Amino acid sequence: MITNFLFHPGIILILFGLFIPKIKNRAIIPIIPILSFIVLLSYQDGMQTIINYHSYELIFMSIDKLSRLFSFIFILILFAISIFSINQDNRKEIASAYIYVGASISVVLSGDLITLFIFWEVMAIASTIIIWYGSPKSYAAGIRYLSIHLLGGTILLIGIIGYVNTSGSIVFSFINPDSIYAYFILAGFLINAGAPPFSSWIPDAYPSASWSGTVILSAFTTKTAVFVLIKGFAGYEILIYVGIFMIFYGIIYAILENDMRRILSYSIVNQVGFMIVAVGVGTEIAINGASSHAFTHIIYKALLLMSAGSVFYITGKTKCTDLGGLYKTMPITMICGIIGALSISAFPFTSGFISKSLTVQSTIYEDMRLLWFLLTMASAGVFLHAGIKFPWFVFFQKDAKLKAKDPPTSMKIAMILLSFLCIFIGVFPGLLYSILPYSVNYVPYTIDHISSQLQLLLFSGLAFFILLKYLKRTLTITLDFDWFWRKFSQLIINEFNLHLIKNISISFNKCTKLINKSIETLHKHNGPSGILGRSWPTGNMALWTTILLGSFLLFYLFW
Amino acid sequence: MTEHLPAIQVMIPIVGSLLIMLIRNNTLNWLIGVLSCLSVVFCSITLYSKVAISGAISYAMGGWEPPVGIEYRIDELNALFIVMISLASCIIILYAKNSLNNEIRANKISVFYSMYLLCLAGLIGILSTGDAFNAFVFLEISSLATYIMISIGQDKRALVAAYQYLIMGTIGATLYVIGVGLIFVITGSLNLVDIASRINDIELMRPLYASLAFITVGIALKIALFPLHAWLPNAYAYSPSVGTAFLASTATKVAIYLLLKYLYLVFGYNIIYSNPLFMIVIIALSLAAMFGASIIAIFQSNIKKLFAYSSVAQIGYITLGLGIANYNGLIGSTVHIINHSIIKAAIFLAIGCVVYKTKETSIKKLAGLGRTMPLIATCLTISSISLIGVPGTVGFISKWYLVLGAIEQGWWLVVISLAISSLLALIYVGRVIELIWFHEPEKNIIVIKEKLPKEMVIITIILTLATIYFGIDIRLTADLAKVAVENVLLAGDIL
Repeated sequence: MITNFLFHPGIILILFGLFIPKIKNRAIIPIIPILSFIVLLSYQDGMQTIINYHSYELIFMSIDKLSRLFSFIFILILFAISIFSINQDNRKEIASAYIYVGASISVVLSGDLITLFIFWEVMAIASTIIIWYGSPKSYAAGIRYLSIHLLGGTILLIGIIGYVNTSGSIVFSFINPDSIYAYFILAGFLINAGAPPFSSWIPDAYPSASWSGTVILSAFTTKTAVFVLIKGFAGYEILIYVGIFMIFYGIIYAILENDMRRILSYSIVNQVGFMIVAVGVGTEIAINGASSHAFTHIIYKALLLMSAGSVFYITGKTKCTDLGGLYKTMPITMICGIIGALSISAFPFTSGFISKSLTVQSTIYEDMRLLWFLLTMASAGVFLHAGIKFPWFVFFQKDAKLKAKDPPTSMKIAMILLSFLCIFIGVFPGLLYSILPYSVNYVPYTIDHISSQLQLLLFSGLAFFILLKYLKRTLTITLDFDWFWRKFSQLIINEFNLHLIKNISISFNKCTKLINKSIETLHKHNGPSGILGRSWPTGNMALWTTILLGSFLLFYLFW
Repeated sequence: MTEHLPAIQVMIPIVGSLLIMLIRNNTLNWLIGVLSCLSVVFCSITLYSKVAISGAISYAMGGWEPPVGIEYRIDELNALFIVMISLASCIIILYAKNSLNNEIRANKISVFYSMYLLCLAGLIGILSTGDAFNAFVFLEISSLATYIMISIGQDKRALVAAYQYLIMGTIGATLYVIGVGLIFVITGSLNLVDIASRINDIELMRPLYASLAFITVGIALKIALFPLHAWLPNAYAYSPSVGTAFLASTATKVAIYLLLKYLYLVFGYNIIYSNPLFMIVIIALSLAAMFGASIIAIFQSNIKKLFAYSSVAQIGYITLGLGIANYNGLIGSTVHIINHSIIKAAIFLAIGCVVYKTKETSIKKLAGLGRTMPLIATCLTISSISLIGVPGTVGFISKWYLVLGAIEQGWWLVVISLAISSLLALIYVGRVIELIWFHEPEKNIIVIKEKLPKEMVIITIILTLATIYFGIDIRLTADLAKVAVENVLLAGDIL
């Protein structure tokens, strides 16, 4: 039992993670994911490890095609991140990352709801620690992040308890939508996926981490959520609406945003929205689409954030308005960033092209025309905010005359590795298709598909540069540019929410006052000098004894 | 030989305690203490395995057959608690040597060991005896030993605390013995099994209820059930750390067992539920303990007092389980008796390590403990977290059964209260954890420069690991508690 427990790709990572701060030579850390990968490979599909706990049979590890796919990409990206963050002086960050990723893999491999929940919470705590290591300012963001995830965890726990009680089984497979508890579980999962109304935790928390921490965070929490949604909630129609909302929420805010890491975080919301729509469609090709999209998205989003992280590491700046013209000084970072940007925009011969098209195609098979139209429109939006905006403002536009150079070798290696994967998967789609949960008879490279995709991208590119000309006046003064976006979003808020927010803030103030007051009262009575808190004289104690005994006796006398 | 085990396990610590008083050599006395505790552990485990195989054992003290003679009766429930108590005392005395040398004057150490063993003997006596008056005698033996243990504490307030406890304890014992007297008058017997069999034929109910009230209130004082808890915080705060750990993990627990025994095995379900108000009061007081004591704990500035109030709150959980009074509720109580004693032993021994180095129990002095004493800080953190009832720790297991029990009764208000009071626990524990990990250490906080003695650290770590281990593997705690509840408490026609 112990050996089964230890030979688990996730547990290996967690255990080694605990010892990372002790490892002197940082260069050997990337070996650990390879070990974990070998362990993963040694198991066949359908293999299960069962642990008897109390009256439950916990399915500690259950391997099938889907969980193998997600574990594989998690280990792969951890490997790349380990290389990327060799220069990170804070060893504890990467140690937390190993625990975080180990827990994510354990969630993916768990076959029952109890194991899942335990590692789900470990993930939340480990990732919060990563955020806290960002900078002294990250503390508040970390607390906000943790509260949202603990809330999600509690909702999930309520759902799990209810579900287990009503269905009598702890096995995690498709969850029937007939009980209210299914929706509790769904809500718990969706909060981790960044669904409304909690989408904002992603752009709030991720950019608060360090240059390497953001890359670590980007890949796991939301994608684990996508995994559990695929496993438990495929075909729930509500997911389509949630997904659509996330897609457009992500696009709109990313276009408005000025901080490059926040842009990329909004784009996570947007991309996860695509996956959730696919889960909501729920057909075989849609599930293939969701899982392959998750796979490729993890790679190119990590690549984008690595290139943003490199820029941050070298220049110490993250605002688009402070950056620009880095193509001369950071060419390799620029090229890798562009490859990532092309992939996220689903440019032909990149990984995004072969994965996103599966999702879009699934809506055609199901004859959901409006959905198809919205997804296609959103693809253009993705290109606009992540495909062009990010590289343009960071590496091109006007020259911000920053002194910069390409980052250290280890970071370059990691970026080049991921860039290679983006293109490799794009050129040879069969490899990815062969490890998807269902068999694929879809050919991405038809003349028709390539030309329509290119038209879409080129025209939205054109739109960006037309828009840019229109923006040029404000771009000349950087402060104004920043101010413009703030003003603009303020305008929207004013238009719709002014009264609401005012009322909320007034009642919020009232609440704080009330809470402060009641704490004072509590302290007055319960504090060390209060009636209940101070040491009682012996007489008082005896009095209470008399009262209690007397009332019992009186009661029995008259009853 | 083995048939005399019920008497031997009480005799060993008494003999040990007398020997210690005669010898007066600290190291030798410690060895005697350890040996006595180890042999008691051995006896109790042998006894448990015997009981587990062949059912309850009745032992006639001095060959006088019950119900006239004093009967020692060992069943699955008290055998389990005897094992727990003896293990706890054994672990704590292993830890005690250097901690005591550091905390109390050298000429008092022998007295402490002697009282420690005497108290242990009293507690095991209460657990194993089947005689109402004999239980009173052992109650007094253990209490007297406890008063002395508390008064040995270095702080001057320890004397006052011990004196207060003495008065309150005596009141409690008096009430108890009045109750026993009433029963004796009504039933004509002091043997508990005998009383239980005769009690159903009693026609004059009022004196019986009066005795129920006296016994309940008397024992409730010993339990420190809110609002009769006021002696406990000072007693815990000013006695030596070893004493605190020992008292917190054993003394109140034994009193709770006594209450459990009287309610379910002597008076029986019919009498205590003949009017629901009795149990409503118990539940109301339990809830008051869970909330009141937790809130008081939040505002404490002395770390030992903080956890002492938390003990009062946790006792509330245990008595709540008595009040819930169904299968899961009783399991919750029984398991929480065991689990809470593990947790509190771990916490107070960790605090003992802190006191060893800093000579302070003020909560502010814990600031930055994560830097100055990382290992002990981790132990303290983990064991405090298990006090909240985080899944994967022992606290979760017992609360889980309590919640299940309350749900089965359909008492949703109780379920919600359990959740909210856990939240309060989160606040006072969170305060400690925040100080430990997120604050800068004060300068010159460490008074004793040399390293902590190894055995203190190791035992603290072992107990901390136990709070996690028994949170995952419940075969030795919840499963045994289930057997005990099934075979002993629910053996009659209660449910």
